[in-house]
Amino acid sequence: MADKIATRQAYGDALTALGEKYENVVVLDADLAEATKTGVFKKKFPERHFDCGIAEGNMIAVAAGIATTGKIPFASSFAMFAAGRAYEQIRNAVGYPHLNVKIGATHAGISVGEDGATHQCNEDIALMRTIPGMTVICPADGLETYAAVEAAINHQGPVYLRFGRAAVPYLYDEKTYKFEIGKGIVLSEGKDVTIVATGLMVHIALEAKELLKADGIDAEVINIHTIKPIDTELLVKSASKTGAVVTAEEHNVIGGLGGAVCEALSEKLPVPVLRVGVEDKFGKSGKVPVLLEEYGLTAQNIAAKAKAAVALKK
Amino acid sequence: MDKATKTLLEEKALAIRLGTLEAVHAASSGHPGGSLSIADILSYLFFKEMRIDPKNPDWADRDRFVLSKGHTAPALYAALANRGYFDTALLKTFRSADSFLQGHPDMKHTPGVDMTTGSLGLGFSAACGMALSGKISNKDYRVYAVLGDGEVEEGQVWEAAMFAAHYKLDNLCIFVDFNGLQIDGPIVDVVDPTPIDKKFEAFNWNFICIYCHDLEAIEAAAEAAKACKGKPTAVICTCTKGKGVSFMENKVGWHGKAPNDDEYAQAVAELTAKNN
Repeated sequence: MADKIATRQAYGDALTALGEKYENVVVLDADLAEATKTGVFKKKFPERHFDCGIAEGNMIAVAAGIATTGKIPFASSFAMFAAGRAYEQIRNAVGYPHLNVKIGATHAGISVGEDGATHQCNEDIALMRTIPGMTVICPADGLETYAAVEAAINHQGPVYLRFGRAAVPYLYDEKTYKFEIGKGIVLSEGKDVTIVATGLMVHIALEAKELLKADGIDAEVINIHTIKPIDTELLVKSASKTGAVVTAEEHNVIGGLGGAVCEALSEKLPVPVLRVGVEDKFGKSGKVPVLLEEYGLTAQNIAAKAKAAVALKK
Repeated sequence: MDKATKTLLEEKALAIRLGTLEAVHAASSGHPGGSLSIADILSYLFFKEMRIDPKNPDWADRDRFVLSKGHTAPALYAALANRGYFDTALLKTFRSADSFLQGHPDMKHTPGVDMTTGSLGLGFSAACGMALSGKISNKDYRVYAVLGDGEVEEGQVWEAAMFAAHYKLDNLCIFVDFNGLQIDGPIVDVVDPTPIDKKFEAFNWNFICIYCHDLEAIEAAAEAAKACKGKPTAVICTCTKGKGVSFMENKVGWHGKAPNDDEYAQAVAELTAKNN
């Protein structure tokens, strides 16, 4: 096994591997099957893969219609065109009737890289989590992606799955890893500050923990793969121990993981929460590492914010 | 169509029109014009054509009906109530906070509603999904949808039209309520979507044009749709918005307005007189 895989690739692989076991799964794409990796599923199950052409709104509502008949459709496109272009279809044709549609959104965030701002969706978590009854999942690695896809199949109701274009390292041991929708995972315990990360930022948060050690700060790192429903219990438990929180996500700092964590903690246990993410800006073209650096999605920035959060403690 | 069937369907069309007006009058809001225009289509589908069972609304092999022009829910509710899905007495709870008869169709709470609709274009796509699912499951149910003529201005309608033709969804039949009026005025003055029939033809659909206040013409179109293999069918229905109520007919103002007590009484009197 390679030590890295893009979660979009893991998504296509998971659908393909699970397609045998779950005969009710059908997959829709909008002319991006090569990029979203549902093309892998198409090769194995051509009779259960339907290209909808460049018509995302229709694709989502077609998926809704399919779901009314008892099948489990996965509708895929880039996050921008799934959550963005087809927002209203997701809200009215999937969310409102609470249909069993799974939206596999790839190429989320600025790690799209060279294609630039029109294709870099930093707003999808915010859009999706305001839809009542929608589950929002952003896996951090290949193994978690596989588990999330299977959990989504077994979950009755709409699920938004957020995947990235860039390869990310494997974080978990297959033998011990457990995935449950709505349950965050403590990756590394600590006592001084809690770093809450999702998706691509999880492995970067682990790097930040190492940086903080040099300053004598012991950080707890939590992977929140399910942004909705968020694991308030775990957040409160960790924050009550550390007294300060930093969030890290490849998304606008408004409305995403950072927003969700602030909402949860402000009601249950107000502590300083500083957010690392895209600072209410559009993306741009560039190599992924260059963009992550420029937009502050780095271990150094997480560590700096962690120190600032510790300083804000009463 | 034999005489007894025709008489029955005429009675049911009248019941749908009266139920529509009762619901809209009771709610003091709603969309009578486009509900009255589709009453004959709904009568034919719900009382003659569709393989449905009001006692088993979720029957997997049933024919499906999607009211893509969801704002004309009163007509659908009147059809469902008269078909036995729920008590006709509930029609007057339309749009009230304790009713399952929402302003626009809600599949989660209303027996017999196969798809939640209201946002134009979405229902048509969902109907395509139902039809596709039937095809790949080797089920022989058919899917019917009713669209508005203003609705076809939505881009998504043409995405769905392309999709249905591409996947050869010949188990799908749509009726386009071509009554010529939308909220802002005559459709040809707002943003002219005509010729609607030629557009569907260009999108590789089987198309049929009928005068839709003629039950035998509706039957002939539905039969022709079933006979057509390899293509979905669009029935372009020349209808009269507000059909059956003199002061509502062809008046755009009655798109989304409820009659007052006097108007309601007059409308009921006209409809019942005509059918006696």
